[in-house]
Amino acid sequence: MDVKDKVIAIIAEQAVLEPSDVKMDMTLEDLGIDSLGLVESIFAIEEAFDISVPFNANDPGASDFDISSVERIVAGVEALVADQKT
Amino acid sequence: MKRVVITGAGTINALGRTVPETLAAMREGRCGIGPLDIRDADRLAIRIGGQVRGFDPEEVFNRQQIALYDRYTQFTLIAAEEAIRQSGLTFEGEMAARSGVVLGTSGGGLTTQDENYRAVYEEGKNRVHPFIVPKLMNNAACSHVSMQYNIKGPSFTVASACASSNHAMGQAFWFVRSGIAPVMVTGGSESMLCFGGIKAWEGLRVMSKDGCRPFSATRNGMVQGEGAGIFVFEEYEHARARGAEILAEVAGFAMSSDAADIVMPSKQGAARAIAGALADARIDRRAVGYINAHGTGTTANDKTECAAVADVFGTHADDLMLSSTKSMHGHLIGGTGAVELLACIMALRDGIIAPTIGYEEPDPECALDVVPNEAREAKVGVALSNAFAFGGLNAVLALKAV
Repeated sequence: MDVKDKVIAIIAEQAVLEPSDVKMDMTLEDLGIDSLGLVESIFAIEEAFDISVPFNANDPGASDFDISSVERIVAGVEALVADQKT
Repeated sequence: MKRVVITGAGTINALGRTVPETLAAMREGRCGIGPLDIRDADRLAIRIGGQVRGFDPEEVFNRQQIALYDRYTQFTLIAAEEAIRQSGLTFEGEMAARSGVVLGTSGGGLTTQDENYRAVYEEGKNRVHPFIVPKLMNNAACSHVSMQYNIKGPSFTVASACASSNHAMGQAFWFVRSGIAPVMVTGGSESMLCFGGIKAWEGLRVMSKDGCRPFSATRNGMVQGEGAGIFVFEEYEHARARGAEILAEVAGFAMSSDAADIVMPSKQGAARAIAGALADARIDRRAVGYINAHGTGTTANDKTECAAVADVFGTHADDLMLSSTKSMHGHLIGGTGAVELLACIMALRDGIIAPTIGYEEPDPECALDVVPNEAREAKVGVALSNAFAFGGLNAVLALKAV
């Protein structure tokens, strides 16, 4: 499973959807994931990839980690994996 | 119904070892938050806190006591000694039998749990000290105060996360007001600044890495503190008959539950508790001059709290002062309302309003007078103390000058 599939599987589980129903242009709001669900998803991502995601729930917009769509989250995780695994 | 007054106050926290030291720090707008000096701090992402520094329990307690007193109990006993000494009370006979101790804490002996889980899991030990259970239990502090001062009436511990000590003081208020007890020792204590305590909070991602800046547009989360605040609540005629010095009157109390979300606060729940405390005290809202805010420095709390205050007070919200002393001593979780009550007493007695320090930039969602950065002189007749806990449990106390 590549990074994208793994991230989608994590998001799908949080949203209680099939991975095939998660589209790349969807937002967390589209997926029905609230702030608590988001913090849980980020934890699952950190555990799955053994990375540290820079994210402060007080101001998600100001964090370096872009959560505006599934695509941006996948791109963010790919970058973090590349950075932190070298 | 009896009137209830405060005749003793004690504390230990990041700002000072006594009430006078703490109030001096609040007047000066001093910050007690700094780098955490705890084991394995290098494995933490959050490395700051409002720690009680340079505290050596062996200077205060003997070895047998330390074997039984978790750090939160030590804080409680130090603050209780100051409060009860100030009150001038000794507990004897019928009065002792009817008086009680109600304290708030969230984690109880968390440091003891942390150390002993470490011993059995990390270090692989198969044996722990025989007193771990009586040391970690979250009624230990309450029981030790009861034993030390011979206080034999209704005594128990209240746990409602960040509202614990306000809930505890509310119960104590009711016991005295109803005539069940002539005197109640009350307040709260917390000592969560250990590796496991901070690690758990890190997970929520609501902690700031660089400071507590309540109501400022630049705020980025809460900072934990530790310590205790203990008070003597006494029936008014009982206090007057013995010529006791009265610090303030506890005039009203209200609680509410949001019944909504386990972490997100609710404006309606907070507003119901604030309005409830005023109704209970039979105080006109226009009489309120100061509110010690819950003011955690998280995005969610501060804007919700300001909206709740605006809802309850209407145009008077612009005339009152609201500050968060957590900016100085950090968030003492289950002990926080108790230490913050000191700021209310200072406002009523000394006419000095503790500031919200670290304030950098206005936030349109927190557009109230938050007494930024510098203490202020003002005559205040009524002060409120807000506490809004995770789990949506709210507790607000109303104090009056005497």
